[in-house]
Amino acid sequence: MTIEALKEKITALFPAVTFEEGGQWPTVLVEPTDWHRMAGILRQNDALYFDYLFCLTCIDWKTHLTMVYHLDSTKYRHNLVVKVNLLKMNPAVETVSDIWQTANFHEREVYEMFGVNFLHHPDLRLLILPDGWEGKHPLLKDFEDPINMIKL
Amino acid sequence: MVEEIASTADGNIILNLGPQHPATHGVLHLVITINGETIQKVEPHLGYIHRSIEKMCESLTYRQFIYVTSRMDYLSSHINNHACALCVEKGLQIEIPSRSQVIRVLMDELTRIASHELWWGAMAMDLGAFTPFFHAFREREAINDIMEETCGARLTMNYMVPGGVMQDIHPNFQRRVKEFITLFKSKVSEYNELVTGNIIFQNRMKGVGNLSAADAISFGCTGPTARGSGVSCDIRKLYPYEIYEKLDFEEILESDGDSFARYMVRVREMSQSISIIEQLIDNIPEGDFQAKTKAVLKLPKGEFYQRVETARGDFGVYIVSEGGTTPYRIKYRSPGFSNLSALDHMARGSKLGDLVAMMGTLDLVIPDIDR
Repeated sequence: MTIEALKEKITALFPAVTFEEGGQWPTVLVEPTDWHRMAGILRQNDALYFDYLFCLTCIDWKTHLTMVYHLDSTKYRHNLVVKVNLLKMNPAVETVSDIWQTANFHEREVYEMFGVNFLHHPDLRLLILPDGWEGKHPLLKDFEDPINMIKL
Repeated sequence: MVEEIASTADGNIILNLGPQHPATHGVLHLVITINGETIQKVEPHLGYIHRSIEKMCESLTYRQFIYVTSRMDYLSSHINNHACALCVEKGLQIEIPSRSQVIRVLMDELTRIASHELWWGAMAMDLGAFTPFFHAFREREAINDIMEETCGARLTMNYMVPGGVMQDIHPNFQRRVKEFITLFKSKVSEYNELVTGNIIFQNRMKGVGNLSAADAISFGCTGPTARGSGVSCDIRKLYPYEIYEKLDFEEILESDGDSFARYMVRVREMSQSISIIEQLIDNIPEGDFQAKTKAVLKLPKGEFYQRVETARGDFGVYIVSEGGTTPYRIKYRSPGFSNLSALDHMARGSKLGDLVAMMGTLDLVIPDIDR
């Protein structure tokens, strides 16, 4: 499927999404409440078949957080980037670990590094940080550590 | 923290493997729930070597941040550097001289062989054989010597820079690489005699740690781990970068999905890398080894993602730029992190003694997982 056809297909299935221009891959912006339902369709739909979530991360824009999901299809080899904007205060979004199992570990990493709460995640605990780090999120821009060097 | 050894009400025993254990090849901590000898659950506890490289890179310039990435997957350091250099070049939209492209690919493939050699020796050692380790290190040593001459380092090379490579290859480079190819070809049959055809090894690996193709994709497994389950995922073939599309090599696939299939993929991949090196070593074009770039690099506002194939799989660099001299956010998608997440699924229901074979064929490098 060409990039244009892919965009048309996605617009037809999800009229509420908006496309971002200028990226390497087609990029869509999705509301947090719509994301889990859309993720399921992206994975299951025969013409889209995004079965491989190759990157899941978060960006702290100081005013809000953005979840970024990079998707690939092992059948058609087309890519899609999905962005979900979250509030800075108590950010929360539905987990997609029931759709792509790799999201389990990646969401745990985002949870501890950015404090994003993944609703209905099967096992949301610290993965990399040691016990006692709950509530401090090192990859947020306003994180300060008075003892250990974290900025150069 | 988890008690060193504890039993639960239903007769399960909780056992800690690591963080200091020779079979984990680094500081990996697994909390294993067993019933008798059968594994119920494997829970990795990470972070013993977490250095927050992503945060560190936010305050390093586009010339500096590449040096840190050698310390992630230290067995594929050239390929990590390569991904970062490509990502910055993508942002700056610069073409690099063909000489440096060929040198980069040669270095990548030598690194891949060295990494697979170390894995092969360590894998055999995990299963109780000490001798193969010395055989593997004999050939790996030859590669390290080649690297030392040209890059000045044996492990953390930092040789690839935005625009090309740091300096030209050493005058001895081509001769020594050819010597290495001859050495490797004369020794590779020893590998198969010692380990591959050995019935004890085959019994320890066949049917152990099964991973279906659908699960491999769902867990985000890549590299030889996924190719052992028959999933085509070689970034060099699917999303070619540098000159890989012009080269003649085969993507190795095995269909069994067990530890032996993953073993065979890596052993066969070494010969493919040798074939790539043979195609290039006499055809290094003359010219510059580095494109002319500005002293201070500034990436335009936007997002840049580059995928490459390291010895462990799909490695990704995701740079979010605000137009300055340092990245606003960097994410490293490390293959080991996703490969490890499949371990629990693979190990459930197997015997405790087989866990080491599974971990061995996942080829875990802990600094790559923790970052």
